Amino acid sequence: MSGYPISIRPFGPHAILLEWPHKVDESILDDILGFVGYLENGNLDGIDWELVPAYNSLTLIQRRPIIDFEHMAQHLWELYRLNEKVNLRSKFLWRLPVCYDLDFGIDFQGVSEQLGKSIGELIVLHTAPIYTVYGIGFLPGFMYLGGLPAALEVPRRASPRLKVQKGAVGLAGKQTGIYPQESPGGWNIIGNCPVPIFDVEVENPCFVSVGDKIQFYQISRAEYDLHKIESEVGIYQLEKIKIDA
Amino acid sequence: MLKFVKSGFFTSVQDSGRFGYRNKGVPVAGVMDGLSSSIVNMLLDNDAHAPLLEITMTGPELLFEEETYIAMGGAEFSGKLNDNSIKNYKAYKVVAGDRLYFGNLTKGFRAYLGVKDGFQAPKVLGSSSLYKPITPINHFKDSDVVPYARCKSFHPKIQEVKVDLFLDETVLEVHKGPEYGLLTDKQLELLFFKSLSIAKENDRMAYQINENIDKHQISMLTSATLPGTVQLTPSGKLIVLMKDGQTTGGYPRILQLSDRAISILAQKRSSDTVSFRLI
Repeated sequence: MSGYPISIRPFGPHAILLEWPHKVDESILDDILGFVGYLENGNLDGIDWELVPAYNSLTLIQRRPIIDFEHMAQHLWELYRLNEKVNLRSKFLWRLPVCYDLDFGIDFQGVSEQLGKSIGELIVLHTAPIYTVYGIGFLPGFMYLGGLPAALEVPRRASPRLKVQKGAVGLAGKQTGIYPQESPGGWNIIGNCPVPIFDVEVENPCFVSVGDKIQFYQISRAEYDLHKIESEVGIYQLEKIKIDA
Repeated sequence: MLKFVKSGFFTSVQDSGRFGYRNKGVPVAGVMDGLSSSIVNMLLDNDAHAPLLEITMTGPELLFEEETYIAMGGAEFSGKLNDNSIKNYKAYKVVAGDRLYFGNLTKGFRAYLGVKDGFQAPKVLGSSSLYKPITPINHFKDSDVVPYARCKSFHPKIQEVKVDLFLDETVLEVHKGPEYGLLTDKQLELLFFKSLSIAKENDRMAYQINENIDKHQISMLTSATLPGTVQLTPSGKLIVLMKDGQTTGGYPRILQLSDRAISILAQKRSSDTVSFRLI
């Protein structure tokens, strides 16, 4: 039974926004994902909805304009009340390799100076936590990760780069993450992950889902090159561990 | 095949969009001006999702290598099929070797070229819409080709439609966005009682507005955004997300454009003026 005081509001002609209390809280995220699982299990009749969960919200999007918002909102209320968490989706912990060599970690030296800690200490801090994926957006496969140690908080770069490499691992404020594609960006780059986070060639183009967990581990440059080739030919085996709900 | 003798400024294939991957951060993409493109597909008796060419600002020069039927709509160009002037919203037969010249843009910003049964551009994640990096390219370059099926005979149900032109419209109908309630009276006044001009930063991802409204310090958690979402940055800048816009964002979503307003805006360019009206 789900008991949060949620709000259900129209978001333009094609979407409905459901909001939970405004805070970063894993039990809220679990409640949202439990509801997503319930809705995806055929409890949302007829129409194809896209369900976009992030932090404390769930947005339902439809291709055609929504005809009767009031009716739909009422229906969602009832479903949320009825929703018993039997259909919680499986969650996974993904262990992702990161090469922190300074060839990749082009801002690592500067970050180390700003934070007053050695690069070795910072790597230990960055690879210790199990991060939670609170959202995927901004770019295809870009994960919003929660759980960065306060000791790694560093402001984003004063001027963003026009080009950040694919796979770049960055730090900005309370966030850490991986650039899934080459793109402009303002984060401090400390390493690179050789495993593609988003791949249109595979049926599920992004192996990570909101609610999953991420842990980084350090690899050498030689291992990086090996994993890169393995990924390109499609034989790299991702390390994943199923987490019980 | 259709060959791009000259590709134009920014010509891409677009359909009704890539639906079902927004939870992985993939923008929906698809035609910017759904109003014009849907009439083009209708004229050719095509499926509503049939891929068309979206032509931006500078038209291409095109060579048809198979016979088929075509129609155009949206922005107005001084177009010619071989030596003959052509107009929007009318079906034309083309044969192998025919050349289509777009000439000069006279009104609007984005034109649509449809062919009978649509362009057969490869589908990636269920859609032919070009969007990099989901597709390898985001627009065509000179001497690229795009396939289409040969069509020897087709009898359009309607030869030509007179379209109630919206290219001159400047009023964008908007719904209140999720964070609308956080706006101050001063911000509301600036938002609704002034005409706003389009910044040079405008493309398939977003249209920025030149005039700022007041600064704010509203902080919110990242949440979904949609095509037509108007975001307000902390410095007071207004950003209207369009079809290639990001799927989530952390700026307050103060307004949401109607579908028609998205089409109207898609036909605007730098320094054109628009205004918002609540519905």
